[in-house]
Amino acid sequence: MDKTSFQNLTRGLIKENPTFVMLLGMCPTLGVTTSAINGLGMGIATLFVLILSNMAIAAVKNFIPDKVRIPCFIVIIATFVTVVELVMSAYLPGLYAALGIFIPLIVVNCIILGRAEAFASKNTVFQSFLDAVGMGAGFTLSLTTLGLVREILGAGSAFGWNFAGSDANTMLLFIMPPGAFLALAGLIILFNKFIKRSAD
Amino acid sequence: MLKKSNAKNFLSSLGGMITVLTLVAIISAIVLGVAYQVTKEPIEKAKNARELAAIQEVLPGEFDNNPFEDRIIRTQPGNRNTIEIYPGRQGSDVKGIAVKSYSDKAFGGRLELIVGFFLDGTINGFKIIEQKETPGLGTKISEEKFSGQFKGFDPSRGVFKVRQDGGEIDAVTAATISSRAVIDAIDRAHKAYLKLNAGK
Repeated sequence: MDKTSFQNLTRGLIKENPTFVMLLGMCPTLGVTTSAINGLGMGIATLFVLILSNMAIAAVKNFIPDKVRIPCFIVIIATFVTVVELVMSAYLPGLYAALGIFIPLIVVNCIILGRAEAFASKNTVFQSFLDAVGMGAGFTLSLTTLGLVREILGAGSAFGWNFAGSDANTMLLFIMPPGAFLALAGLIILFNKFIKRSAD
Repeated sequence: MLKKSNAKNFLSSLGGMITVLTLVAIISAIVLGVAYQVTKEPIEKAKNARELAAIQEVLPGEFDNNPFEDRIIRTQPGNRNTIEIYPGRQGSDVKGIAVKSYSDKAFGGRLELIVGFFLDGTINGFKIIEQKETPGLGTKISEEKFSGQFKGFDPSRGVFKVRQDGGEIDAVTAATISSRAVIDAIDRAHKAYLKLNAGK
């Protein structure tokens, strides 16, 4: 794999991590990460839509007039999101029950439109695919981490496995909305201080 | 070269933009239509399977009919909400009754559950089928520690309220509202069952 492709693939993981560095897609980030499983599911659903939309937009970019590109992108993205929602509720009802109300939120997720606008509309289908995989994976990793932290602190469990006992006094704040902000802020500090700096 | 610039000119003209947007919309509509048709049946099946599994879990004793097909639908007075009653029969004898009920008093919007009754109106158990409660708090209404209290409880004899309201049911810690909603839904189901029993 040549250097550009490799960069496009890995950029989303740390250097331009959508959650911790670019702070994109905050709505699903704060809303769904009450447990590690929810974060993982939301991340994977976003990854999937991102790959489809990035490739589709890269493929049709030459036919879309500049002035109407945003409406076109949004229609394409909304279509993929709805298809993913229908398929998920038909074949993965368990996951749909957990993520159902958040899937329509993928449409307004800035990461998807952001990558369509900033990357897919200027690059080839293959490079856009790599970019989508990298960004989607970065988003999935950060959502899972955030979900895991909140679940451990707030519910005393990890990936649904309860280690603190059902009567433990956990910090319930962390699974409530304010806890989302606190946990995210803490993770952004740690991420930028340790991981991103050493990667730079 | 000439051809390409002609195409570009056409795309950025008003007619070009309208054509492209219309095409994008038509293609999206076709994709959505196909996806809807393909997933319609599996979605319905998944929903029915989930409800049938819940009915089987809460119905007391053995039954050999399909309670889902024998269901009786009751419209609530004053609004358009419905309660569905599923009889579990062995031959022609009714062995138990499952009722799908709802409550709008839950913390996160509508809560739906299926509750099973013995013929004398005693609760056998319930299963939540739809809820949007706070994960880690309100969602504990599905756990044995709370739901176990209902087994063998007769709503018309005991005081069917949470302890805070002078009743006999211990609410889930930090989720009194969710606990009240469960009682509200079961109470509604119980009343519908009594009404049916009285032949109304």
